[in-house]
Amino acid sequence: MMPWDLKPDRPIYTQLIEQLELKICSGVYPLGSKLPSVRDLAQEASVNPNTMQRALAKLEETGLIYTHRTSGRFVTEDVKMVQKVKEKLAYELIQEFLQNMKRLGFDEKEIALIITKMAGGADNA
Amino acid sequence: MHNILECENLSKYFGPVKALDSVTLSIPKGRIVGLLGPNGSGKTTLIKICNNLLTPTSGKIRIGGFEPGIETKKIVSYLPEKNYLNNWMKVSEILNFFRDFYDDFNMDKAYDMLGKLKIDANTRLKTLSKGTKEKVQLILVMSREAQLYLLDEPIGGVDPAARDYILETIIKNYSENATIIISTHLISDIEKILDDIVFLKDGQVILTKTVDEVRDEYGKSIDALFREVFRC
Repeated sequence: MMPWDLKPDRPIYTQLIEQLELKICSGVYPLGSKLPSVRDLAQEASVNPNTMQRALAKLEETGLIYTHRTSGRFVTEDVKMVQKVKEKLAYELIQEFLQNMKRLGFDEKEIALIITKMAGGADNA
Repeated sequence: MHNILECENLSKYFGPVKALDSVTLSIPKGRIVGLLGPNGSGKTTLIKICNNLLTPTSGKIRIGGFEPGIETKKIVSYLPEKNYLNNWMKVSEILNFFRDFYDDFNMDKAYDMLGKLKIDANTRLKTLSKGTKEKVQLILVMSREAQLYLLDEPIGGVDPAARDYILETIIKNYSENATIIISTHLISDIEKILDDIVFLKDGQVILTKTVDEVRDEYGKSIDALFREVFRC
């Protein structure tokens, strides 16, 4: 099971949105599947149910999940939309990585070189 | 009515000591609120006034529209900071006692929680450890279907695993209409389950915000902010 990784210095609400997106993109909650109830999700993440509710409402607004009037919340079946979210998450991860690398004193060329080298190394392994 | 608890210029003096100093506070229904402050900041005094165990020196307090008294005791479930249960009683006898006393006591819920925490209902309280007694007391309080839960230091004496279970229980039993007020020093353990925080200092409310407002505006956890505000 993928744990809920919540940092102490950022709003819980935004982190829950990110974590839910991540869980959807990585297939923990597959396309078209039914999500657990607010209460169960809140319990699993050890967070306040109101906060979980807000995060789910936000994802509903973006269309990544939808509510079926009587039977609960579901993940979208729209492959393209999930792909877009995936790309957004990847973009954020890479941004963060680049920032950290620059802090270490590498410029873009050097970073690109390191990545190419490591990716090549992974192929050979 | 939107607010379950309302205080207006509420003060309590013990001789020259201002335990509560003109506290004005509105707590809506359906929230989990952390009442946070260092020792002697007035947390327990406020909770005791809510339970009619202390009378305010001045100011107003209303719970569900009533002054603290018989009407409010029906809707408030209170966990005191001290153990008040009779040591000679069995756990099962105390459960029966609570059932007789409170209309909203849910026996099934109580036995379910006892089972999860592996507490035998046939044991006498005097044979239980301090931490287990605290668990029993919390089970009694959380087994009521109350509108306002006032928990004074609910997790101080129990081990981290039981603490997790207790927080889980709070999340699970949370109902949209009930409000839970938790006073504690163990902020990092509970801040993820809180909606709002109230910081008390020297009997005064110095900050009321939602947890995410604090994290957003200060870029730090409630625990870190507390340590900064109340640095000795």
